[in-house]
This record gives sequence, C-alpha cells and structure tokens, in this order.
Amino acid sequence: MELGLDVIASDEATVLAVRGEVDVYTAPKLREKLVELVAQGRHTIVVDLEGVDFLDSTGLGVLVGGLKRARSHDGDLVLVCTHQRIIKVFEITGLTKVFTIHDSREAALGTPQPS
Amino acid sequence: MTVADLASSVVELEIPARGEYVGLARLVVSSLASSRRTLADDRVDDLKLALSEACTNAIEAHAEVGTEEVVVVRLVEGDDRLEVEVEDRGPGFDPSTLPEHPPVTDPERLNFERGLGIPLIRSLVDEVSFARVEQGMAVRMVMFCGPVTDLDDEEELAWS
Repeated sequence: MELGLDVIASDEATVLAVRGEVDVYTAPKLREKLVELVAQGRHTIVVDLEGVDFLDSTGLGVLVGGLKRARSHDGDLVLVCTHQRIIKVFEITGLTKVFTIHDSREAALGTPQPS
Repeated sequence: MTVADLASSVVELEIPARGEYVGLARLVVSSLASSRRTLADDRVDDLKLALSEACTNAIEAHAEVGTEEVVVVRLVEGDDRLEVEVEDRGPGFDPSTLPEHPPVTDPERLNFERGLGIPLIRSLVDEVSFARVEQGMAVRMVMFCGPVTDLDDEEELAWS
C-alpha cells in the first residue's frame, strides 16, 4: 500500500498530511520526508495523522526521530489525530507525554477554529 | 478439543521476509479474527498491531543473519482462544534482557526510535510467550475469544 504524503506550507508551520498505513514498509518514506523538510529549514512541523488507518512502532520511531530533529533546530513537531486506535499506540508507549496531540489542524496551527 | 480438531483449525501463512508483506499478514489475521471469532473490533485492532510488531521483528531478525527464508504466521483456533504465532529463522533473543528506555520525561528518550515492539505486544494481547525454536524464535500471541457460532449467523440473518 502506498503512503500518501502531502506538504502544505504556511507562515506559521508546515503541515505534513499522512495517508495510509505506516509500518516497516512505508515508514522509511515518512522518515525521508521529515528529514527533507527539516533540511529545507522547515523546523515547525504539524504531522496530520487523520488519514492514517494504521500505525505501528516503526512509525512511532520515525515520529520520535522527526521530533528530535525539529527540536535540535529549536523547532517542534506536533501531531493531529482524533482516531482512538492510533492515539492508543501513543498512550501505551507513554509517548503522549512526548508529543503534543491536537484534535484538528487549526488547533495545531493555533488559528481560530470555525465555530 | 482433540488433537485432530486442533490440527484442522490451523491456518498457516508463509511470507517473504520483506516489509511489503506485513500488510498482507495483517489483512489475513484481522479478517480471520473478525469473521470467525467473537472478538470486538478494537481487540481485532490490538491483535493486528501486535502481529505487525512480531512480523517486523522477524523480518529484521532475518535481515540480521541475511537469510532468504520465509517468516511463518500460524493461526490456531481453539474453543476459547485464537493463537497467532510468528516464527522466524533469526538469531533469537532473550525477551527478559531487553534494554529499557529512559522515562518519557527524560530528553534522552528522543534518542530511542526502536525497541517499542515487544512492550507493545505484551500490552496488546491476552497472553504472549517467546520461545527459541530449532532454527529461530517463535512469538506466540493469544487472544481469548470464542468462535462465531451458527446462532450468531442466524441472528445476523434475522437482522439483515
């Protein structure tokens, strides 16, 4: 299965919208993209996981690596996710304490949400 | 359950030890679990994730020793359980001596991108055991659940 990776750049941050399944097969593509973004000087990254159907520890590892990379440039990497089955993977591994997980892209970008 | 019954309830899947096949293994296991067992959807997801972790470890173990052999995924259906076994031909490991990560609040935690698979498996399935087999390692994961009975089928028909 292909992993969808869409980059949406704005003034505040760069959004990386991920679609599909993140596992041992697809995680290297996600890693590559995160490395590329940071290398381009995009140090504030919002990884939108709303289109992700499945994520295992290989995907968690790549996100941890991305967070480390962003923070080493005084940036940050935050997540957007509302799917309980994905959030659960972060909860079990304690990574909810490492990542900020927002429930919408607007909340992650700090822009007012439509009421 | 007799030995003959048990033997007839085994599904075995051999996958090449490459990442692109893990998704296929997940599909087979989750389809069997959701169509043949009384397992709630979120528990099927748990099993799917545990299976993915076990297959990933197996594939990495094969890469470590450079073997071209297949990874075996075995599904054994019992009266009160579904067992999923992943058998590799890797170097084997001792699950009791896995290194611990620093606490999540420690900035050092970000230096660890790997090693989450086994702890995940342990918390996702009802029972897990790791055993050295003749040529590698076998991870056996158990979910307690009964088979879907004929009664359930009739109920489904009545509702449809």
